[in-house]
This record gives sequence, structure tokens and C-alpha cells, in this order.
Amino acid sequence: MSRDHVLHKVRTALGRSVGQPVEEPPPVRLSMDEVAIEARIECFRARIEALGGKTHRAESMDDACNYVARVLNGRSAVASNSALLRQCGITALAGVESGITDRARLRALCSTTACGITGANYALADTGTLVMLASVQEARMISLLPPVHIALVDRERLLTGLDELLTILPRPADETSSMVLITGPSRTADIEQILVRGVHGPGEIHVVVV
Amino acid sequence: MSAVFDDKIQTTLADGKLQLAIYTATGRLIEKRRKAIMPEGCPDYQELRTHANAVKRHTIDHLDYYLEEFARNVEAHGGKVVFCKDGQDVADFVLRLAKERGATLIVKSKSMTTEEVDLNERLEHHHLESVETDLGEYIIQLAHERPYHIVAPALHKTREQVADLLTDKLGVARETVIEKQTMIARAVLREKFLSADIGVSGANFLVADSGAVVLVENEGNARLTTSAPKIHIAVAGIEKMIPRAQDLGVFLKLLGRSATGQPLTVYTSFLSGPRRGDEIDGPDEFYVVLLDNGRTKVLADREKRESLYCIRCGACLNHCPVYRKIGGHSFPWIYSGPIGAILTPQFLGVNHEPALPFASSLCGACAEVCPVKIDIPKILLELRSEVKEAEQRQGANRLERIAFRIWAWVMRHPRVYELAGMAAASLAPATDGGAWVRSLRTAIQPTPLRAWLSQRDLPPSPPKSFRQMWRER
Repeated sequence: MSRDHVLHKVRTALGRSVGQPVEEPPPVRLSMDEVAIEARIECFRARIEALGGKTHRAESMDDACNYVARVLNGRSAVASNSALLRQCGITALAGVESGITDRARLRALCSTTACGITGANYALADTGTLVMLASVQEARMISLLPPVHIALVDRERLLTGLDELLTILPRPADETSSMVLITGPSRTADIEQILVRGVHGPGEIHVVVV
Repeated sequence: MSAVFDDKIQTTLADGKLQLAIYTATGRLIEKRRKAIMPEGCPDYQELRTHANAVKRHTIDHLDYYLEEFARNVEAHGGKVVFCKDGQDVADFVLRLAKERGATLIVKSKSMTTEEVDLNERLEHHHLESVETDLGEYIIQLAHERPYHIVAPALHKTREQVADLLTDKLGVARETVIEKQTMIARAVLREKFLSADIGVSGANFLVADSGAVVLVENEGNARLTTSAPKIHIAVAGIEKMIPRAQDLGVFLKLLGRSATGQPLTVYTSFLSGPRRGDEIDGPDEFYVVLLDNGRTKVLADREKRESLYCIRCGACLNHCPVYRKIGGHSFPWIYSGPIGAILTPQFLGVNHEPALPFASSLCGACAEVCPVKIDIPKILLELRSEVKEAEQRQGANRLERIAFRIWAWVMRHPRVYELAGMAAASLAPATDGGAWVRSLRTAIQPTPLRAWLSQRDLPPSPPKSFRQMWRER
């Protein structure tokens, strides 16, 4: 069997025996700087905008809903099953489909709809990153197939950066089959290093901090 | 190098447009990296490198343990791990699975490991359609070429060449605007994503404590590859392991900055197993192919084992004065630049291209920028001595040994040395324009040196030797 064969070769190469224990790996290196919430929000917005994304700071849930309605401007949208979207009234907006749990239906919708609206489990201030864990609330395709992605982030979920995320969530695989960090719109520079947005994923991204 | 690569080097050097393309592309990447590691944005860059090196050393030195832990955790999340000794094993596995599931279309995201084992060719040979979906890789696949650079595979292609390719292969109207070319590819590939049966990805990291595959990218094609089809297969070299998800704090910061100057790439996917219970989408089947293909051979060599720490950021290519002149296709294997120069002889044997470890000025730029601190110049030196030992065993370097013996004898006899110097000077033209040995009659040009002389020559000899000047002082 290839498994035993390869493992045997690895052990022979290293001079180790079956089941031989290992010494402790070097300690985990995660640093945590305390950054005030206002500074985090400003940094987060500045990062996303530097990457060509748009941001909005919503003073209330109604404000968030109005902003999303303005972005949609009559375009069709699929919304995820995130509670935040429902609370803000976004799922009730005209032209917004939501409450979908069937994979085939979701995929068909996402491949024809203009905008995908999601929540975000966390956001990282220092890189302008959205953290999305796949679940019954959040499907993978809504932030991926439509050309426009609108995400709502609860300001309580805005972390300093990657190190804080990995401290809170030391083993993401315990929670989900897929954790995706999204930092700005989809981009490529594969032809003559010229930047083009929206090559496969959404080229337009709007982040609302609620 | 061998004749075919000599040719490639000559044509690359003579192609002004290509020289400019390589120079500007690598120059931009150098600049982006430089900005991204400045203390304002990354105060602990050097500490991160040191730490990454320590984590990699630990993991590689105990790789059997982490491979088993990884496999256990993948299986605990409902995935399967397939160990493969070589490319044939990988192809056999994918083909068997495709046959069992009735699959005909495979979408692929960028993976140097699958390039290494020619997976596309092997699958196409069995009438499976396997489509690259990273824009650069897609262009390269249409052109039937191999990647020019580890992270920028189509670095050498101009928009005109891409326009011709798209017209030629897809039958679309000629389009030279890069945005529009990208949208043409997007439309074609979107169809492929939505109808593909299997998605094949590589892996930037394998996380032992999570049984997870980590993928970094900017386009979204890796997300589509791993989430749209019902089956996801990740193909990874066994050395891609890190012990804990928390180690990503170090490695993600280094990888993005070193490769493209990004603190984080646009998408980082952390994937573990098929979709779970109530998750709405994602693959139903999840496989991780763990490939040896020569890695255990490298592992056995304590001195050069660190070659396996590489996280494929491409920084050593960008900073290499040799790569920046001769480009990616002048190297004998898919791994080019300094990392290619140390991986190729170790994976394929030093006899595959004995000149490769010598095609370096040992300037050390590669080691200086390596995010995991691989001492590439040291390994190049080790490989040089291995090449020489192999030649000696085969008696291939007799002429060279005789020449050095004569040289040593001359050096030990000052009178003879002086006479030899005078003889050489008497042959040299007074002014020569930098080509004096070449200016000698062909009959006098020593044959074994002809290859060397095609690129360099001795400086013109001065009117008086040092000894003469010393005596007349």
C-alpha cells in the first residue's frame, strides 16, 4: 500500500521509528495589540478602500438597510440566511431572494443574480479582511458567484488582525468545512502585470459596518 | 547547460521585448515586497522569518508524525487521504475516481505540484478534459507551455500574444485590451466551473492539527475549484505540512508579502473535509493526495533537507540576477530560478543537468529574501561538489583534472609561471576589444574552453607583468 510505503520511506529518511513521539514544536507566535474600536473601524475601512472596495459605517440597522438598497439600485440579489441581514430588514427588500437552503437552487440563483449579500463571522481591521465560515447561515457561493458582493459586519466582530482571529478560533476546522478570508475584490495581474478586478470572484465589494 | 537550454538562453538574451518583460515584472515584484516588509507595516519581519524556519525545521524533522496526525484529522472530518509515490500514482487515482463517478470535466486551480507530475497531460491522454482556471495558467495551457515563474506563470506573454492565443484557440474576435481579454477568459471558465465534475487544487499549506488544506489566491478560481464541483481533490507535496492552524499567523504574513507584496492575498481558504451536515454548498467528497515523487530522497540528506522548507513564494526568482536575464524557460524543469536550481538536481538527480548548480554567481540574494531562510547558496555549493564527484566516478572530467594538475605544477614553479605569462602575452594582440583568446587562430583555441569562450574572454594583457614592474621598482 502506498500509504505505508511512503510513511516507511519518510521514517527511514529521518531515522525515526513507528510511533516515536515528537518534541514540542516551537511555541505559537501570535501577537495581540489592543486597538480601540474607533481606530479599528477606521483602519478596516481605509484598507478595503485602498484595495478598491467601498465601505459604509451604518449608524443603525435602518441606515444599513437603506445603504444596501442604494447599492442595489434595483439590481437583483441573493441574501444569505444570516440573522443580521434579517434584523436589518435587508431580506425584505424588493428583488432580494433569501432563505435558500437547497444547493442546486442557490447555485442557479447565484450564477444569474447581480449581487450577493452576506454577513461576516469576523472582520480583520489591519488587513481589511472579511472572515466567512460556511454554515447553514452562510453559503460559499453567495460571496463568490455574483459580480457584486455586499457584506454586513457587526462592529463587535471587528478584530485587530489575523493573530486575534487565530487566538479566538485556534482550530477553525472544528467549526466548519470552509473558512475563507476575503481581502478586497477579486483581482488578477497575470497579463503584463496590469491590474484587473473581478476575474472570477466579485469585482465590486461593499462592506457595511453596523 | 545542455544544447537545448543553451539555445533557450541565447534566444532569451537576444529578445529585447522579453528581456524588458522579465526585468519589469520581477522589478515590480521586488518593489512590492520591499514596501510590504518595511517596519511600518511589518515590524517583526525578521523575527517571523526566524520563527518560520524553526517551525519548518521541526515539522520536516518529524514529518512522519505530522503526516499521520494530518491523515487522522482529514478522516475525522469525512475526507480521505491518498499517499502517492509518483505522478503515475496520482494520475491512476484521479482516473479511477473519475471513472467510478462518471466524471469527464476537471477544473484545476494553480498548482506547481500537479505541474511537476504533468497531471493535465496524463489525464488528457485518457480523454479527460482538465482545464486550468488561474488566468495565467489558462493562457499557458492554451499555449502548451510550462509556467515561466512560480507565482506569475504567464509573465513572458504580451497582450498581443494573448490576443492571438484567444483568437486562435477560442475563435473569438481579436482583443488586445487586457480587461476585455480577462472577461473573455472569465466567461469561458465560468461555464467550466458550473459544469465540472471534479475540482483539483494544490495546497499552500497542510495543517496537521486540523486536517486542513490552505489555499491562497487573488482571483477566486481556487475557491470555485474547491467549492463548485461535487468532488475536491487537493494535490500536495508531503513537505507542505505545518503543525497547527495557529502557525498560519506566521506563514500567511510571510507568504503574501514575499510573493506579491500583499499582507494577505484576496482569498485565503482554509478547507477541511467535505461539506458538513447542514452546510448549504461545498463538495460532497474531499480527497488530499500526498505526494512523495522524490521528496523522501531529499529528506534523507541532512545537509540539504532544508530545501523542503520552501513555501513557493517566488521571491528568490525575482531577486536572482541569473533568472532576471535568462528567464524561466531556460531552466530544465518547472521549478526555475535559485529554488529550481537546488530542487531539480535533488529530485531528478545531479546528472539530469549537471551545469545547473554552476549557473549562479552565488551572490546570495536568494538566501537574503527567502521567507523561511533556506541557505540556497550553501546548497548550490554542495550540489556542485556532488556533480564533480559524480563526474570523477564516471571518469568524465579527466581533461579538467589534467589541466588542474598542470596548473598546480606551474603555480609551484615561479620561473615556469613567469615564462608561461610571457608566452601568453606575446600571443595577445596589443588592443583587442575584450576578445583576445577568441582573436587567436581557431587552431590555437583550446577546444574544451570553446563553450566557456562563447560567453567570456580574458582581459588584454598589460604591457608589463607585475614581476617586471617589481624588479624595475
